[in-house]
Amino acid sequence: MVLTGAEIVVRCLQEEKVEYLFGYPGGAVLFIYDELFKQDKVRHVLVRHEQAAVHAADGYARSTESVGVALVTSGPGATNAVTGIATAYMDSIPLVIISGQVPTPAIGLDAFQEVDTVGITRPCVKHNFLVKDVKDIAATIKKAFYIAKTGRPGPVLVDIPKDITAHKCEFVYPESVSLRSYNPVVKGHHGQIKKAAQLLFEAKRPMIYAGGGVVLSNASEQLTKLARALGFPVTNTLMGLGSYPASDKQFVGMLGMHGTYEANMSMHYCDVLLAVGARFDDRVIGDPKHFQAEPRKIIHIDIDPSSISKRVKVDVPIVGDVKEVLEELARLIEAEKPNPENASAWWRQINEWRGKQCMLYKGSDEVIKPQFVVQKMWEVTGGDAFVATDVGQHQMWAAQYYGFDKPRRWVTSGGLGTMGFGLPAAMGIQLAHPDKPVAVVTGEGSIQMCIQELSTCKQYRLPIKVVSLNNRYLGMVRQWQEFFHGNRYSESYMDSLPDFAKIAEAYGHRGIQVTKPSDVEGALREAFITHKNDLVFLDFQVDSTENVYPMVQGGKGLTEMILAEDL
Amino acid sequence: MRHVISLLLENESGALSRVSGLFSARGYNIESLTVAPTEDASMSRMTIVTSGSDEVIEQITKQLNKLIEVVKVVDLSEAAYIERELMLIKVRAVAKDREELKRMADIFRGRVVDVTDSTYVIELTGTQDKLDSFINAIDRALILETVRSGVTGVGRGDRILKV
Ligand SMILES: Cc1ncc(C[n+]2csc(CCOP(=O)(O)OP(=O)(O)O)c2C)c(N)n1
Repeated sequence: MVLTGAEIVVRCLQEEKVEYLFGYPGGAVLFIYDELFKQDKVRHVLVRHEQAAVHAADGYARSTESVGVALVTSGPGATNAVTGIATAYMDSIPLVIISGQVPTPAIGLDAFQEVDTVGITRPCVKHNFLVKDVKDIAATIKKAFYIAKTGRPGPVLVDIPKDITAHKCEFVYPESVSLRSYNPVVKGHHGQIKKAAQLLFEAKRPMIYAGGGVVLSNASEQLTKLARALGFPVTNTLMGLGSYPASDKQFVGMLGMHGTYEANMSMHYCDVLLAVGARFDDRVIGDPKHFQAEPRKIIHIDIDPSSISKRVKVDVPIVGDVKEVLEELARLIEAEKPNPENASAWWRQINEWRGKQCMLYKGSDEVIKPQFVVQKMWEVTGGDAFVATDVGQHQMWAAQYYGFDKPRRWVTSGGLGTMGFGLPAAMGIQLAHPDKPVAVVTGEGSIQMCIQELSTCKQYRLPIKVVSLNNRYLGMVRQWQEFFHGNRYSESYMDSLPDFAKIAEAYGHRGIQVTKPSDVEGALREAFITHKNDLVFLDFQVDSTENVYPMVQGGKGLTEMILAEDL
Repeated sequence: MRHVISLLLENESGALSRVSGLFSARGYNIESLTVAPTEDASMSRMTIVTSGSDEVIEQITKQLNKLIEVVKVVDLSEAAYIERELMLIKVRAVAKDREELKRMADIFRGRVVDVTDSTYVIELTGTQDKLDSFINAIDRALILETVRSGVTGVGRGDRILKV
């Protein structure tokens, strides 16, 4: 069948069973939009800014097991998308971004809306392509989806010049892809897995440290099974939350800069560490020298060899898909029945650390405590909502106080820390899960970075609950200034904030401003239950100087935490 | 430590910038980089001379392997290998310097490939060290231009980099 390039693009998306395409039109992609108009299999979602298109595709991908897809025009369309692409890249999220490009003969001539999209995005994509011949479109899109979702996932961009979308050729969608230069390892090395099992059997102070890789590889079940068979403590990174049930007694909470006392202490003082789909990030282990000063054996399972021994030397590296490796490891462990008594002294120590109750905060009847809002939200939603966040203190409180029992419920920009991510990500989640409660926990700073998406939410009737912890400050910045810059709050106070409830109303939604602690639960019930089917913007006026604890300062060791009780 | 890394990569337009971009983005040293197609026109062979601690070199090879267009990576300097670089050096050659420069070229097994009344172009191949020594051995003031190809290399004997 002879088709135009634009028809081919749309046919490829249909072949890939793309449900939603998040995008924004412009000159270079007009032929593609024309073809979208003529079909109804791929549903296009018109965002209000290209950054949001990519974040929405990202939220869709994180909350499902599918590839998220976005479409943007050349020049400013592509540059607007870059923040979204970099966000997905840092968190290894599978996306395919199609960008329009100026016609081939105009490339390099500083044509209207020309930018070197492939060049600009090169350092923040898993791979990208510039299609120079209509005959290459189908194979390139097939490769893009394949590369995005296999191995360590990531965003792949396909840049298509406008003339190519008008040219014609025979359309055949390839059934499979084979790339001689790209063959990710899936199965772990058996000998290494045996060594790992041996170390785990001998451990006296074992610890399991699980990150986003467990979520990405859909290996929560395998992780949980293995951890229970071993009876070992489990901690999650920010990206890994939900990969192990937070309500389980073996869970010691999140670790890292704002991790729990018990998680950080166990991480530091363990003698055998099983690291799964995690990368010893600076926000997780603090100063690597301090971390490595304490002797321990490390087993590291990761699909990406370059993540292994990057920041911390590892004793037993296992390259492979986390799910496959955990399954094999569990078989070895179960065959030999570990003795749970091995770690009993260690558990006594951990329970002593738990006794510090590092997550306690001073409640108040006068002013709303942000942590309290998150706790109440957990109660009102039965702990079963999808929660997207922006970046700042509110993000940490959401991570700390909303216990996730299931994977893919927690959607946050961990690696890049992108303010403005939350609301558009929530749109992608809500479209993927139309009947599930979806919240975005945000701050008055972050929400304003993509607030225009309230309009998209109206158009597509997305009943997201915006839970804004409004402290009138760029709170996380203010906290650092309080700790490290002598209380000089340079440009972290926001004057002239709008009335957010009214803004929500102006966009056609409901808005509620909440100022009293006693109204918190009622407002949440109104949003999540009474007005289940509407977008409700909850503007919680919270304590403006509350800090996130515990805190490991940048460059410090994991055990050098500042606790709320120290102050 | 100095390392000579050799790679095979798809002969595609963006591949070179992906490699060079990786080095600059991650702050790796790059002393020289050469690239040209192989007998198989779909593939290029690249030689990179870099330096760094063992950990850095390990990261470099891993990160290179991660690039989608890179087919194979080997650290040549890990075992026996041969390296060569080509230099064309234009020197002022008048009066008694003519004799002396010719003699030096002979000692270094170089060849004079262009002659005018006042200049020579000397062609020299060898290891990076050998070319450096030649430059040090002649009178600096006589050097008009030097052009070096950058290092290329190949493993000895059975060490073969091929798909
Ligand atoms: C796009 C972007 N710009 C700047 C920052 C730096 N930054 C990190 S947290 C933060 C403050 C966020 O304020 P707000 O959204 O009100 O949340 P709060 O910390 O008050 O909960 C800033 C500015 C960032 N992460 N992202």
